[in-house]
Amino acid sequence: MYAYDELDRTLINERVSEFRDQVKRRLSGELTEDEFKILRLQNGVYLQLHAYMFRVAIPYGTLSSKQLRRFAHVARRYDRGYGHFTTRQNIQFNWIKLAELPDALADLAEVGIHAMQTSGNNMRNVTSDQWAGVAPGEIEDPRIWSELIRQHTTLHPEFSFLPRKFKIAITAAEHDRAAIKIHDIGLRLHKNADGETGFEVLVGGGLGRTPFIAKTIKPFVSGRDILSYIEAILRVYNQYGRRDNIYKARIKILVHELGIEKFAKEVDEEWKAMGDVGLTLDHTAIEEVRSRFSYPAYEKLPHMPDELKQAAHDKLFERWRKNSVSAHKVQGYSIVTLSLKPVGGPPGDATAEQMDAVADLADKYSFGEIRVGHEQNLALPHVAKRDLPALFKALDRLGLATPNVNLVTDIIACPGLDYCSLANARSIPIAQELTRRFANHDTADLIGRLHINISGCINACGHHHVGHIGILGVEKNGEEFYQITIGGRADENAQLGTLIGPAVPYAEVADVIEDIVEAYLALRDRPEELFVDTVKRLGVEPIRERVYATR
Amino acid sequence: MPLVKQGRLTTDLFVHVADGAELPGDGAVLVTAERFLADPQALLRRPGKLGVIWPNNRNLDELVPHLDGLASVALVFPTFRDGRAYSQARLLRERYGYDGELRATGQILRDQFVFMTRAGFDAFEVKKDADADAFAQTMKRYSVFYQPTGDGRVTALNRRMQLRHSESAGQ
Amino acid sequence: MVTANRTWDGAVVYRTAKQGWSTELSDSAIVTTSDEARALLAEATADDVGAVGPYIAPVELKDGGKVKPGNLREHIRAKGVTIDLQVPA
Repeated sequence: MYAYDELDRTLINERVSEFRDQVKRRLSGELTEDEFKILRLQNGVYLQLHAYMFRVAIPYGTLSSKQLRRFAHVARRYDRGYGHFTTRQNIQFNWIKLAELPDALADLAEVGIHAMQTSGNNMRNVTSDQWAGVAPGEIEDPRIWSELIRQHTTLHPEFSFLPRKFKIAITAAEHDRAAIKIHDIGLRLHKNADGETGFEVLVGGGLGRTPFIAKTIKPFVSGRDILSYIEAILRVYNQYGRRDNIYKARIKILVHELGIEKFAKEVDEEWKAMGDVGLTLDHTAIEEVRSRFSYPAYEKLPHMPDELKQAAHDKLFERWRKNSVSAHKVQGYSIVTLSLKPVGGPPGDATAEQMDAVADLADKYSFGEIRVGHEQNLALPHVAKRDLPALFKALDRLGLATPNVNLVTDIIACPGLDYCSLANARSIPIAQELTRRFANHDTADLIGRLHINISGCINACGHHHVGHIGILGVEKNGEEFYQITIGGRADENAQLGTLIGPAVPYAEVADVIEDIVEAYLALRDRPEELFVDTVKRLGVEPIRERVYATR
Repeated sequence: MPLVKQGRLTTDLFVHVADGAELPGDGAVLVTAERFLADPQALLRRPGKLGVIWPNNRNLDELVPHLDGLASVALVFPTFRDGRAYSQARLLRERYGYDGELRATGQILRDQFVFMTRAGFDAFEVKKDADADAFAQTMKRYSVFYQPTGDGRVTALNRRMQLRHSESAGQ
Repeated sequence: MVTANRTWDGAVVYRTAKQGWSTELSDSAIVTTSDEARALLAEATADDVGAVGPYIAPVELKDGGKVKPGNLREHIRAKGVTIDLQVPA
């Protein structure tokens, strides 16, 4: 956990009081909507179909039980009793009244939670691996760097009005759980030949209308120089990024138009010209931030406690354990993923009651800590293995033990036309129908790892381009249609999916997906070959033939 | 349009002179970059202070050699969403050592005052009277700053390290 | 008709013939020509304090004068989300 000090708390409170003044000026007519829009966006406030939507940051996906309880409070007091966890370690509330927003922000500020820069053309929440600090084999805890970058880019006087939004993600593990290659800047912590810790810096990734996988701009930037190097990238982008066309304003377009070599040269020149501007992070500065991350006092526990041996007879428990429990760096402990993808439920939603209950379970079993991942699930990061059977029972009662993590029903979906003013088609009901079609967990296990991602429009909030199966809602003559891609992935081997055939109407989507899965099962060369590997080996064509032959 | 300079509402001594309009014989004037670059020496010789309005998409390289002779540089915010001039301001102050008036012109609301001051602006052509009146109060809104700029405000990180240092020295 | 969201709480509202806003679709001013629609929109847009983002949207007139939303988006805005929000336990 990162403990906010008096300075962090003061800044958040100052921000709340500024926003209170801005809301007051808007409601009195002193600010026009045109003027106010950018100010509310910088505080995470959108206007959606039904109401204002309020997006709150969960920096690097780490939450305390106290903070999660406060989300439950906001959901109950200011909203309709639930919240939606997004693909970027944020939570959204869908029905907030503008007049009450300053109060909601003030309530959140009391527990060190803010909504600064969760929207608008500035640096968004710096995301990280949801298993940071607990995953085995990590170089070091990437959240220290996320926090350093978060502070540096919060209310930055030069970069608060960029051409477009800007997203950074950091990973320190071999397996990329933070999807760094689809970010404006992706940072991969590693050690160079001299044993020094630094970053591979990738730039220009992003989805939306023109998707790109990020390219490496520099294979190694030392940790001490990372802020100045990011500053150089942002300065080049702020000056030369396109502002004439919103669809061409992301840094990926600048990188694409200049070419990575020329862009890298511009950044290097700016970086050299900057000289010493107080951004070098010496050891003391890094340790200052590191010292405010606290870690649990783990007990010395056996690898295989009796409780676990006894519970091995319980089939339901075993299925869940195999699916949702992952290795921890400390012996005797586990990382437990809590599926927010129940059969028939909207992906990523949690009720206030569930949030309160998870906070209680975190206190009881996970040193009061909760994590939020980009797959829209939660995790308890420090569960003693002896507690797993009891935790399973409690989660099952809450509807949070669906054994479908990373399986076909663990669907990532944007809010779609049910909520979003940009959407062309619905996402959530498609996801709900798919979870019903694949509700049999034996079938889902048989299919194996398969990520389905759904976006309700080209802005790609559901990351459809990098879903093993991607579903994109479009509008054709007033009807909802869906384009389907296969073969995408968001990890260290990130890849954009390929269109499999013509768009299909709403009512046929689930049939087509079932046929795609059938085709994969028939074509895979062994049960261990994952969907995405079969597509890679065979290409799209054999699957297309089987799925579209009768259509 | 009200002008706030060095924290106070002030009478603007500079006259914006449109391209093609005749220059007054003396007195302070602000001219466009095109007009200035057409004959910088003639304008710099003229009695009276000279300021240049520099567009936010024009490279500063053409301006830098003349900075010593200028009493004001006005950077432009065509909309308040367009933040290019923040980078120009920091470069002028922090890299090129410009210490004359640095003026923000265009769509200027109170909500940008802190950012602009931190980037190096010290004069503001404010769109609304109420915002100009609220300048001093608005500047007091923030007391914590996370990043170093040329304005000399101590960053949160440095404050923490100073605090830690004085705590350990006191033991 | 012309619809928008109410500034203070974001609620879906419809422009009435009396130059006000109502949360009931049945209260909305319904126009049938593009000139009338533009005029209604201009008049609604002028009320920047009352509501945000007004635009022209279609309605269907049923027999007996009943007004229905003219497309899926407006149906969802009028009737709410099409999903069951109860996360099953």
